[in-house]
Amino acid sequence: MSKPKTLSQSPLQSWFTRHKDQCLVWLLRGLAAIAGAIILLILIFLIKESLPVLQEVGIKAFFQDRAWNPVEQSYNLVPMIWGTGLTMFGSVLLATPLGILSAIFCHYYAPQSIAIIYRRLIELLAGIPSVVYGFWGLVVLVPMINRLHPPGTSLLAGICILTLMILPTIALVADAAFAEIPQEYLLGAKAMGLSASGTIWHIVIPTAKSGLLIGVILETGRAIGETMAVLMVCGNVVQTPDSIFDPIRTLTANIALEMAYALGNHRSALFVSGLLLLMIIIVLAIATELIDQEV
Amino acid sequence: MKKKFFTLLAVSLSMGLGVAACNPVNPNSKSTKLTLTGSSTVAPLVGEIVKRFEAENPEVRIDVQTGGSSRGLADVSQGLNDIGMISRSLKDQEKTQFQSYAIAQDGIGIILESSNPVQKLSDQQVVDIYTGKIDNWQQVGGENAPITVVNKAEGRSTLELFLKYFDLNNSTIQADVIIGDNQQGIKTVAGNPHAIGYVSIGAAERDISQKVPLKLLSVGGIDATTATVQNGSFPLSRPLNLVTTETPSGLTKEFIEFAQSENVHDLVEAQNFVPVTSSKLVYAP
Repeated sequence: MSKPKTLSQSPLQSWFTRHKDQCLVWLLRGLAAIAGAIILLILIFLIKESLPVLQEVGIKAFFQDRAWNPVEQSYNLVPMIWGTGLTMFGSVLLATPLGILSAIFCHYYAPQSIAIIYRRLIELLAGIPSVVYGFWGLVVLVPMINRLHPPGTSLLAGICILTLMILPTIALVADAAFAEIPQEYLLGAKAMGLSASGTIWHIVIPTAKSGLLIGVILETGRAIGETMAVLMVCGNVVQTPDSIFDPIRTLTANIALEMAYALGNHRSALFVSGLLLLMIIIVLAIATELIDQEV
Repeated sequence: MKKKFFTLLAVSLSMGLGVAACNPVNPNSKSTKLTLTGSSTVAPLVGEIVKRFEAENPEVRIDVQTGGSSRGLADVSQGLNDIGMISRSLKDQEKTQFQSYAIAQDGIGIILESSNPVQKLSDQQVVDIYTGKIDNWQQVGGENAPITVVNKAEGRSTLELFLKYFDLNNSTIQADVIIGDNQQGIKTVAGNPHAIGYVSIGAAERDISQKVPLKLLSVGGIDATTATVQNGSFPLSRPLNLVTTETPSGLTKEFIEFAQSENVHDLVEAQNFVPVTSSKLVYAP
């Protein structure tokens, strides 16, 4: 490749040299347009696929029908909305304090060597495929809950598994948020003679608030979208649970369970649950944006 | 500059590859093309058989589409496909119009965890357990423990077969756990000594031989084994059929013969179905 450099360039090369930036800009514009178009196409596809059943039975049917029994033409999604909502709230409620506190420990209390190992372990936890969590839940967690209160596959099992799965998300985001706090704040606190706990509660957490909130929203998104693990441990009975030991079915599990064999209106109704999930995620994304702007 | 040039080169090359991948369709494809439509139970098996058939006959292209047994029959009578796939036997009034060729048997067995003392259940007891009339193992001679009823998700073929045999309606079933595929059912029951479920016999037998703590109950007094499914005595089973209107000839005949041959028995077993014994096969004339 050690060709002597000549002054005369080919016309194509010289054209490139002159329009370097323009080429790059258009390339980037094109790629950005593709990325944007994909999500729009998905949305249009979901709407198109769910339209037949929405036109036939209307939106109301999905909230007022007797039960979820698509073969017998009843499409009540409410128990599954409860299922998704309760697993989500439960796991976010458990994982948020755990994640934030562990990040505080890692950042301010742990010796350097332990902090590094700890961070690697959390990253590892984030990388485990969800089906592995589900499998572990099915063979270890569910039999344990079963001894406590049958049948074992339950809302509680779902919350426990999801907590484990979203814990790394909030822990890593919180860790990153703490790392962004200006060093002067901490030095100032030290100079003022604030105690360690005072610094954390009154300086660190308020400063990192927006980062923490975004972490919470990210973990919520993951909790809503999780399918395989939840499908394996939740029991998937379509019902509004009375206790945390009752089996439930989430919207995502519903799609995964029935899509392969669904036809006609049944298939269309599953797309409606997909659409509903996408709506929830869009709301979350908007919330993230608002928080970002506010702070 | 150089770097960017290579990037552009890479982009244009990959685009070129994409275009090249869209091979023009073989103009002679008409005579070597088959379309199969029908049951979503049969389709995955036929898909595997098609792969092997195409590997042996590279000029042949076979298209497999699902849409349920009824679509398979409707398409074949309207000439929209070459072969229909149905996951049941032909009804008597259909036999005048269609010809069916079985390629496999599907049987489902009722499973319990192996430490469960209950050794057999009558059909009525199974119905009562699934509808919630019996909710403790004590009522059928077991321990004093609540029964965990494991049911299949809506639309699954095993569910249909189960409901049909026990004459149940899915909305009347009081399930504690609803599962998707066979493996999930096996894991759920194997991990819960008080659970009852039903799965493909092929899958359960294979796992039992690998020391998974399960047992298969007899149904209607007949042991649940691949042998009883194969000889047709096991009641909770059905044939998977390929259907045509006319007597198969040419490529259609070749494919049906291939799908019934011993060459594909390993594929049939891999899908948890049971191969049909050669003495019971209806061959394409």
